Parts: sequence; C-alpha cells; structure tokens
Amino acid sequence: MNTFISLTIYGLSDGALLALAALGFVLIYKATRVINFAQGEFLLVGAYMFYTGFVVMRLPLIFAAVFGVLVAIVLGVVVERFILRPLIGEHAISVIMVTIGLSSVLKALVQIFYGTSVREQPPILPTGSIQVAGATVPVNRLIVIGIAVIVLFAFSAFFQRSRHGVAMRAVADDQQAALTMGISVKRIFSLAWVLAAVSALIAGVLLADLSAVEQGIAAFGLMVFPVVILGGLDSVPGTVVGGLVIGMLKQYVSGYADPGLAEVIPYIVLVAILVVRPYGIFGETRIERV
Amino acid sequence: MATATGIHHRTYRSELRLRHTKAEYFRLALMLVLLLAAPYVLDKYWLGIANVILISVIGAVGLNILVGFTGQISLGQGGFLAVGAFTSVIISDRAGVPVPISIAIAVLMTAAVGAFFGLPALRLKGLYLAIATLASQEIIMFVVRRWEWLTEGKGYLEVERLHVGGFQVERQMFEVQWYWILLALATLAVVVARNLFRTTLGRSFMAVRDQDIAAEAIGVNITRAKVTAFAVSSGFVGLAGALTAHYTETVTWERFTLDVSVLYLAMIIVGGLGSIAGAVYGAIFMGLLPALLTELVDVLGSSLPSLSDQLPALRNAVFGIAIIVFLLVEPRGLDRIWTRMKDYVRFWPFRY
Repeated sequence: MNTFISLTIYGLSDGALLALAALGFVLIYKATRVINFAQGEFLLVGAYMFYTGFVVMRLPLIFAAVFGVLVAIVLGVVVERFILRPLIGEHAISVIMVTIGLSSVLKALVQIFYGTSVREQPPILPTGSIQVAGATVPVNRLIVIGIAVIVLFAFSAFFQRSRHGVAMRAVADDQQAALTMGISVKRIFSLAWVLAAVSALIAGVLLADLSAVEQGIAAFGLMVFPVVILGGLDSVPGTVVGGLVIGMLKQYVSGYADPGLAEVIPYIVLVAILVVRPYGIFGETRIERV
Repeated sequence: MATATGIHHRTYRSELRLRHTKAEYFRLALMLVLLLAAPYVLDKYWLGIANVILISVIGAVGLNILVGFTGQISLGQGGFLAVGAFTSVIISDRAGVPVPISIAIAVLMTAAVGAFFGLPALRLKGLYLAIATLASQEIIMFVVRRWEWLTEGKGYLEVERLHVGGFQVERQMFEVQWYWILLALATLAVVVARNLFRTTLGRSFMAVRDQDIAAEAIGVNITRAKVTAFAVSSGFVGLAGALTAHYTETVTWERFTLDVSVLYLAMIIVGGLGSIAGAVYGAIFMGLLPALLTELVDVLGSSLPSLSDQLPALRNAVFGIAIIVFLLVEPRGLDRIWTRMKDYVRFWPFRY
C-alpha cells in the first residue's frame, strides 16, 4: 500500500510535468498544425536558461525566472518567424523535419555552451519528505503537482477569458473565418510558439529541480507523443488526462513489473490508441481514412 | 531523339528510356569511370567513408521509396535496419548459413516486419503515421535491447569476417574488397528502384502519394499499394542493415536508434524527396558532412584548440542547420539544384 501511494505521487508529479510539456505541444498543433519534435529541446533550453540566470549570473530566484521567460519568448518568436512561417502550406514531412533539425541545433547549442556534464543547481523547491498515508513522499514532488495545476489553470483561464486566448481558439477553429474577423493569424502563430516555449520552460525548470540540469531533459520530450495521442492532439484537457495516465502508468509498471518495460509501455499504449481511436480521448474527430 | 531544338520522341519505346541525350550517357560513363577508379585513388580512410556512404545509399533509396514516392512518413528506419542486421547475423553466424543467403533472408524478414508495422498506415496519414512509426521504432529497439537470445545476453553481437565459399575478405584489402561488394549492391539497389517506378506497382505508389482518393477511383488497390510500399522499402532497408552488420563486424542496438531514423530522413530531404538520384546525393552529402567537418576542425585546430572538443556538438549543429536551410531554401533538395544547374547551362545565354 505504501509503495502504491508513493508510486502514485511520483506518477502524478511526472504526469504533471508531462502535461506541461504536452500543453506547449498541443498549443502549437492546435494553432498552426505543426508537430513540434523540438518540444523536449524547449524544455532543455528552458532549464539551462534558468540555470544561467540563477547560478551563472547569480540572480535572485524571481529575476532568474523572468530572465528564463524572456529568453523563452525570444526563442518562440524567432523560431516561428524565421523557421516555421516560411514553411506554411508545405508538406507534413517538411514541417516535421524542420522541427527535427531545430531540435538538433538547440541540443548542439546547449552542448557547445554548457558541455555534456551535469550541472549543479541549488534546489529551488524545498527538499525533505513528509508522510502521506504511511508512505514517505518527497515534498518537492507534491509542490510540482501544485505548480502544474496552477499553471494549467492559468492557461485555461487565459484561453477562456482573455482576448488573445479567445483569438487563439478562433484561429484553431477556422483560420479563414478568424482572418475575416480581423484577427492577425500571424500574431496568433507567434503567440502559440511563445506560450509553448514558456510552458516548456516551466516544465524544464521543474524537471531539472527533480532530477538534474543535464542533456537528458531533452529525452523527456519524446514522452510527449504518447501523452498527446492518448489525450487528443488538439485538446488542452487531453494533455492533463494523457499526462497523468502516462505518468502513473510508467511508475506503476516500473514499480510493480520492470523499469525497462516502463520505458516502452507508453509507446505500446500509443500504438493501441492509434489503432482503436486515433484521435484520442478528447481529440477532434477529423482524421481522414482512405 | 535529341535534336538541337529539344527532345522529340517518335515511339513510346524511346520515351520510356531512362536516358535520352548523349550528355546523359556521357555523364553516366564519367560517373562509372570515377566509381571504378575510386579504390585506386582513395586511401583506406576515405574508402571506408565511401563504403559507409554506399550502404546508406541503399537505405536512403529504400526510405525514399516509402516517403518520397508513396508519401508515407516513417521514423522507423533505425528499427528496420536493426531487424535486417540481427536477422542476417544470426542466420549466418549462428545457424551457419552462407552470408548471401542470410542477407537474402534478412531482406525478406525486414520486408515482412515493415509490412506489419505499415499496417497502421492503412488508417493513418501524415502526422499520425509519423508518430505511429516513431512508436514502432521504440518498440523494435526495446525488443532488440531486452531479448537476450538475440545477443546471448552480451548486449552486442560480434560478426565473423565476411566469407563466401572459398572467398574471404582479407585484413589488408578490407576496404577495397568491401568497396566492390557494396558498389555492386548499391548499383543494383539504385537500378531496381529506378525501374520500380516504371512498373504498375511503382506507378500505383505515386498515385497513392499524389491523390489517394483519385487513385482508389481509377482502380488502384490502396491497401495493397501501401502495404507493399512498406514491404519493398523495408526490404532495401533490411539489405542496408545486414550489410552494416557484416561490414562493421559488430551489431549493437546503439547503431539503430531514433537518431539513425532521423539521419536517413535528413538524407532524403537534403537529396530530394521522390527522386532516386536525390537519395544518392543525400546519402553522399550526409556521409561526407561529418568527415569534412572533422577535416575542417583539424585545419582550424592549430589556432583554436578547443574546437576539437566541440566536434560532436558542432556536427549536430551543422546537421540541424543543413536540414533547416535546405527545407527553407530548396525543399526539393540537391536533385533540384542539380537540375537547375543543368538547365542553366543548357539554355544559356537565354534564361528560359
């Protein structure tokens, strides 16, 4: 029972991070129909930028966070403007490959500036552990869940209430109609990439705090695919459900069966979902079948 | 026939020929001379690179059949290479079957596995298919890593030096002998692929890519076309995988990761999607890129010693930049650039 509770907490916190990483991915897909293979590298860049502000430049926590966000905004705008916008209307293969190329460049840049060794960063979340129903649970895992919930709520409030959020939903629904209503689709595309970079930054920093500031963060990005396929490629609530399911599934399989199997189980789920219900739990049923 | 005013065909047979002008035959002859002269000109190091390129030509041609000609995205190339490599080595070294036969079996085996993983393609297109093949890559890698019988628990396989009947590859002549073998097989692969698209089957692949609904309407069996496209393409990839195993004489799963799938996709993007020549150019480009970069860093290394430490990162950066620049500047790749250069010369001094 203790194992079960601690596995659940670990799974929930992993799932919360997956949901944050997947959120950016879904935002980009929803607004621009681009599959971003560089999402993991966005996490990586975010974590290293925060590290730069916090450890290298010795900024206070809050300024380090602001610095990270600013870099994320610049990254989002630059990537959208100079790499993705020229490819609008191109074939899916081109768009996928350009984000793969981007991921390679981002990973290389981090490696050139910071090397491959693990970087020491003082913990930003409180360490230590507490007893939850008889199981020992690290505090930082619980806080990560809390932060993710707040961020996800903030994002959904943004989509529901703010002008820009509503505009984003309009563009996601029908670009031409949105254009005729005076919404700048270009600005929305930029906004989607910026929001994706910012949510990836949050996920990256939290992930780095749980594990370490290192290149492995990028690999976490691949787990986004099972999450978004399960939840639905264009569904924001789907990222939460998908993230939690995949996060907990991995922990349970790892804890009760085999850690090696836990690495591949999300992909098996992915294939099963694609065969049974390709548009996921909440995704829009617009997939073509011929 | 080729005249001063252009190419005019008087028979269907002449139109169907692969080469129409004297210049094309001349270029073919020139290329053959270069290829045949290579082992006498190049040293072992560059011949080794040439051999790796020849293997990747086979793999890239295979992938282009699927991605470029049939329009099915695949990120599962690494997994299929692994299937080819392990199958051939296990059949030849463990069961004692001659290598040519084991390679043939590996090709068939990979084709079967490819067809199986191509089944999602019947329901999925574009982005969804890319993700499905990504999953198949991860699943194949998991099986390869965890199935202890494959590597007898060592995590890797040592491969016997290539021997066929009385012939054995010599240590001194290793690169040269392999060059002839690989050149023959790569040429065969290119010729087969080039001719495939003059057959009904090949045409049906292209019909599925261009307009699947229209293809169905004119009587193409889409299901069969898609599955055979996966099978045919994977067959080529299996050949490349088996050759990788016998050439490098070790098989580890690390040689077949997602990065390899991406590398092959980069080859056909840079070379030109939907062009056999493009796959060849792309394989050459991606094969030479790291070697030339290493040379460059060696030259600059005297003034910037820290540069050589950055080599792996620099390779990644250049690789990514190459993909991005090609997609932004010339999405049809090197093949198109080459065509444009030829056109420029042909029409000179006019612009068109």
